[in-house]
Amino acid sequence: MINERVICAGFGGQGVMSMGQLLSYAGMIEGKHVSWLPSYGPEMRGGTANCNVTVSDTPIGSPIITHDATAAIVMNLPSLIKFESELENGGMMLINSSLIDRKIERKDIKAYYVPANEIAGEIGSGKVANMVMLGAYLELTKVVKVETVIEALRKVFGPSKEHLIPLNEKALQRGAEAVKEQ
Amino acid sequence: MARILMKGNEAIGAAAIKAGCKFFFGYPITPQNELPEFMAREFGKHGGTFLQAESEVAAINMVYGAAGAGARVMTSSSSPGIALKQEGISYIAGAELPCVIVNIVRGGPGLGGIQPAQSDYYQSTRGGGNGDYRLVVYAPANLQEAVDLTMEAFEVADYYRNPVMVLGDGMIGQMMEPIEFKEPKKRELPSKDWATTGTKGKRKPNIINSLRLAPAELEKLNHKIQDKLKKIEENEVMYEMYNMEKPELVFCAYGTTSRIVKNTIELLKSEGINAGLIRPITLWPFPYKAFEEIPETAKAILTVEMSCGQMVDDVKIGISGKLPVGFYGRVGGMIPSPQEIVDKAKEMLGGVK
Amino acid sequence: MAVVFKRTEGLTETPFHYCPGCTHGVIHRLVGEVLEELGVLGDSIGVAPVGCSVLAYDYFNCDMHEAAHGRAPAVATGVKRVYPDSVVFTYQGDGDLASIGTAEIVHAAHRSENITAIFVNNAIYGMTGGQMAPTTLPGQKATTSPYGRDPKTTGMPLKVSEMLATIPGATFVERTSAHNPANIRKSKKAIKKAFEHQLAGKGFSIVEILSTCPTNWGLTPLESLKWLEENMLPYYPLGNFRNSEEVK
Repeated sequence: MINERVICAGFGGQGVMSMGQLLSYAGMIEGKHVSWLPSYGPEMRGGTANCNVTVSDTPIGSPIITHDATAAIVMNLPSLIKFESELENGGMMLINSSLIDRKIERKDIKAYYVPANEIAGEIGSGKVANMVMLGAYLELTKVVKVETVIEALRKVFGPSKEHLIPLNEKALQRGAEAVKEQ
Repeated sequence: MARILMKGNEAIGAAAIKAGCKFFFGYPITPQNELPEFMAREFGKHGGTFLQAESEVAAINMVYGAAGAGARVMTSSSSPGIALKQEGISYIAGAELPCVIVNIVRGGPGLGGIQPAQSDYYQSTRGGGNGDYRLVVYAPANLQEAVDLTMEAFEVADYYRNPVMVLGDGMIGQMMEPIEFKEPKKRELPSKDWATTGTKGKRKPNIINSLRLAPAELEKLNHKIQDKLKKIEENEVMYEMYNMEKPELVFCAYGTTSRIVKNTIELLKSEGINAGLIRPITLWPFPYKAFEEIPETAKAILTVEMSCGQMVDDVKIGISGKLPVGFYGRVGGMIPSPQEIVDKAKEMLGGVK
Repeated sequence: MAVVFKRTEGLTETPFHYCPGCTHGVIHRLVGEVLEELGVLGDSIGVAPVGCSVLAYDYFNCDMHEAAHGRAPAVATGVKRVYPDSVVFTYQGDGDLASIGTAEIVHAAHRSENITAIFVNNAIYGMTGGQMAPTTLPGQKATTSPYGRDPKTTGMPLKVSEMLATIPGATFVERTSAHNPANIRKSKKAIKKAFEHQLAGKGFSIVEILSTCPTNWGLTPLESLKWLEENMLPYYPLGNFRNSEEVK
């Protein structure tokens, strides 16, 4: 039974919102119940942005994640500080170690450190750091298939951005590889 | 039809288009901006007219003009903007015109905040402006319901010639969920032979008006409106009874809060406490009769709102003193957590045992 | 017997409620005559204001829509957007248009909404009993300026036509007066031009007509006409302020 409650967080422009949307979209394509809830308002303008994503086999009650996140994907330090306490016991945190140079404090959760910006840079564009993180998350949880995420991406991008698919696919792969050894 | 993933604000706009709405007059305010933005982008492709007014006051008065001209028309705003619209809403109710008003509620009073709240309950369900009138108020708890109820709102508005409100909050407006756009349910609607279309020299002038200087005439208008509202109370009440077979405790919550309460009910179940939920879907007319259906097992009612306690008044009317009524609320954009509600529920049950 | 004068088809048979000597009745007739002469009565939708002319919907022989105080241009916008080919006009006083409704009139002009505003300026609030308006002249007594309007604390009167003429979308702006037959004829011409402007799709048009209020000015009808001529004309010059082919 899947009931994933994921927080995606970072600063504006890191693509945390679209990362969460893609995960929701893919969940929907696979027939699961999904919800995507963003933070909104002034904090979005350059500050820390985040979204709560729920992917579940059963109908979703509250789309708000309160201290019971199964996972958090944090792209910058303020997000790590803000959301470490939101994870449930045994939850996992995926940390963008390119921009976060410290470790988590909690002992009851698992941590995975992914140098997302470096990996994204290596494969051609820093912009896909979010996809590297998503790839890592999917490798660890198997919530949805990577192919479904690509299918969702195709729908979001449309024909005009079809050429960006291979880069995103690569980013997902490299993210997965980064946590395989951890 | 396939499900699509959409933001609440945009989904409401898409539903309005699907329902045959042709005019939208709005003004920017967070957290509903995606709705006018969506209409600005998409409405024209479906033969609709979008106009950004100079203020909420102007927007609702444009709605008044378009509704008087017989068009399917809507506006949207958030709490402080809805407060400004009350003038026009009262005129629209007085002139007995149909329209749909979307309120994506944020915290107050005053400029308040921009995070989700339910503190416009009184404003929405008691009329809101001057005079004796009510809006039909739909409170969707998820986006599918937001879409379905928006479509229904246009039909109900035309059917009764009364303004209808769709009441969401920042969370309903901002979140994304899968939605299926079904064909809207059509009612048999009376023709709008009262509209200001121009006489074309073929009939006496139509006058759209709420002014009745003669007291007897104004009383007559009020009675007519009240008779209509009574019919709405008889026919349009909507609510959900959730886990209400043998509840020890009955929650009452609507919209976003009802979703949190459903999580609370699961948590209580794991602790051996059986709780149910009465979820009003129409806030006006309020589902008083749901409270007559509460089983004997219930010991108390706990109303949960994102306000300082507004709907709790209606719950007390509904239960008529037969059970103790408690209240738990968070305000200002703070959202109650399931655990907080569990604690309050236990406290309440402890108190009534 | 030849008919030398008859009620215009543009007005209903309902008797006016206006005070003796008030020029609202004359201005109503001018608008009614123009709509009749242009042959557009069946396509016209008027928006009535709040103020002395609040009952205008009973007098004009076309479809009419009530509006809240000052909101007539917004209501007219709603109507016009639904029926772009119809003739839509507002009829507003100076409390309505120049005070509570400044935002609505300015933005109807700003959008160059293709409607016509008939603006009756008598420098006072009539229906509520003679309170000071933004258009009240310096020194003029009103119930809320009992010692005469003091520009130091209440400013100088608002010149609506001049102000609107600065807005690119206000493509027809003219001020006329109703204090004597010659000016009444000029007013009718201006009203006709304004409606023709709308029919040609040239955008927002307004005619400001200086008018009297014998009751609240505390003058006889004749004295009122004289007072208008001697006091209002110097401050509110008559003439056309704008007549553009299109929004520029």
